[in-house]
Amino acid sequence: MTGSPFLDSLRWLGDSAHWTGPGGIPLRTLEHLGYTALGVLVAALLAVPIGLYVGHSGRGKGVAVAAAGAARALPTLGLVTLFALLVGIGLTAPLLSFVILAIPSLLAGAYSAVESAEPATVDAARAQGMTEWQILTRVELPLGMPLLVGGFRGATVQVVATAMLAAYVGSGGLGRYIFQGLGSQNYPQMIAGSLLVIALALVLDLTLLLAQRLTAPPGVRAS
Amino acid sequence: MIGFENVRKEYPGGTLAVQDFSLEIASHESVVLVGTSGSGKTTLMRMINRMVDPTSGRVHIDGDDVTSLDPVQLRRSIGYVMQASGLLPHRTVLDNITTVPVLRGTAKREARTHAHELMEIVGLDAALAERYPSQLSGGQQQRVGVARGLAADPNILLMDEPFGAVDPIVRAELQRELQHLQRDLRKTIVFVTHDIDEAFLLGDRVAILRPGGIIAQVGTPQEILADPADDFVSSFVGADRGARTLHVERVDGRDVVVDADGRPAGVLAASGDRSAGEGAADGRTRERSS
Ligand SMILES: Nc1ncnc2c1ncn2[C@@H]1O[C@H](COP(=O)(O)OP(=O)(O)OP(=O)(O)O)[C@@H](O)[C@H]1O
Ligand SMILES: [Mg+2]
Repeated sequence: MTGSPFLDSLRWLGDSAHWTGPGGIPLRTLEHLGYTALGVLVAALLAVPIGLYVGHSGRGKGVAVAAAGAARALPTLGLVTLFALLVGIGLTAPLLSFVILAIPSLLAGAYSAVESAEPATVDAARAQGMTEWQILTRVELPLGMPLLVGGFRGATVQVVATAMLAAYVGSGGLGRYIFQGLGSQNYPQMIAGSLLVIALALVLDLTLLLAQRLTAPPGVRAS
Repeated sequence: MIGFENVRKEYPGGTLAVQDFSLEIASHESVVLVGTSGSGKTTLMRMINRMVDPTSGRVHIDGDDVTSLDPVQLRRSIGYVMQASGLLPHRTVLDNITTVPVLRGTAKREARTHAHELMEIVGLDAALAERYPSQLSGGQQQRVGVARGLAADPNILLMDEPFGAVDPIVRAELQRELQHLQRDLRKTIVFVTHDIDEAFLLGDRVAILRPGGIIAQVGTPQEILADPADDFVSSFVGADRGARTLHVERVDGRDVVVDADGRPAGVLAASGDRSAGEGAADGRTRERSS
């Protein structure tokens, strides 16, 4: 080992032995992505319909904003620990925390997406005889899609960065390297794990940024 | 037939937009509402398609209280040209025009073919079909709005200042086109404008409104011009300015019609069998020689 843990961590990453097998980087990355996707999707199933309803009807906005703010204020590590104590070691506790972590961004993304449509445009759509559902799906959502995707982006980046906590209560993911390294004072491995999480977060962030660009409604930004 | 019975509209916040409005509009009739800004014209118009529900009173169409009708079906059955075009920004011109027919289940291709015809009728270049509203001028947007209002071939057509943003030449064309449509298709039209000349041109009857939706006078253009109910109506139709009192003066051998202020309003058509072209040429010669 050289004196620089950073260079050692790069060396650790370059070691082909770390890229194969059940504890290898590809599999751990997939686990990590899986936790993230699961957390964000479950949160989306809850938060997006509520956000769309709040955005379209304007009802319950105060409650939604307060709930999102409260959820944001919860410390995730504390939640994971608390849930682990309640439901035991395993995937349930961290997943529950990820869901709670993802909800505020998704909720805000969904209602701001719907709210972003000009009232005059919504009024015109209604005046032409669209049902409320058609107004939501054919006018408000297409116009606000980048904001909704933005909600997914915020939620995903937060969860992917936090998903290492799954390993804290005995599950897999890239957090394994970090917590294992912490236990065995293997700092190069810890740093390597962190670098992998950072890289994954950046990739996801950029992918969803691209998706935001691609879902921008035609005609609105065209000039 | 559209009927308003003692309709009142108070908006949340306390604005009394319409106090007590009653009017019957016969089938196939065109009625034009004119009045100062804020006199409740848009409010009244939107009561017909239930975009506004009256605080009290009743609006009925062919005997049915509109509140007993499904608002979505009602709106699809009524053409509505909105005051501020109201186009969907993320849909092309063609998709905007076909909105209502498609909602009503017309096949997309058929709707698009018809939309192309409507674009021609309202004087929109076919090249604009795939543009988005943000890529159109205000006048072009308004014409798309008119085409959209006509697209489902509704029996009732609500037009809220539909020609406000188009230039006088196009406006005259659109007015003529609307007159043709009205003659051929006999729709029931409720039309809002600030332009009293447009009102007299397009309305079988004209209702002049004061603030609060109070009818100052309703009648045929002839009735209103011949016998303005009061000073408000007189000033509205320009009778007080003498704009409606015309007389003939002879200028350079031609009969020029001037109003009470001496402003020329036009030239009397030449009698006899001279064609207009010759008359115009004649006029130019005289101009040059004078
Ligand atoms: N949604 C609303 N909420 C509250 N007040 C409203 C609303 N819509 C209209 N009003 C008010 O009601 C009155 C009548 O408005 P309306 O739009 O019917 O007038 P209008 O005759 O169409 O005016 P304009 O010629 O400027 O279009 C105005 O004082 C207006 O401010
Ligand atoms: Mg108006």
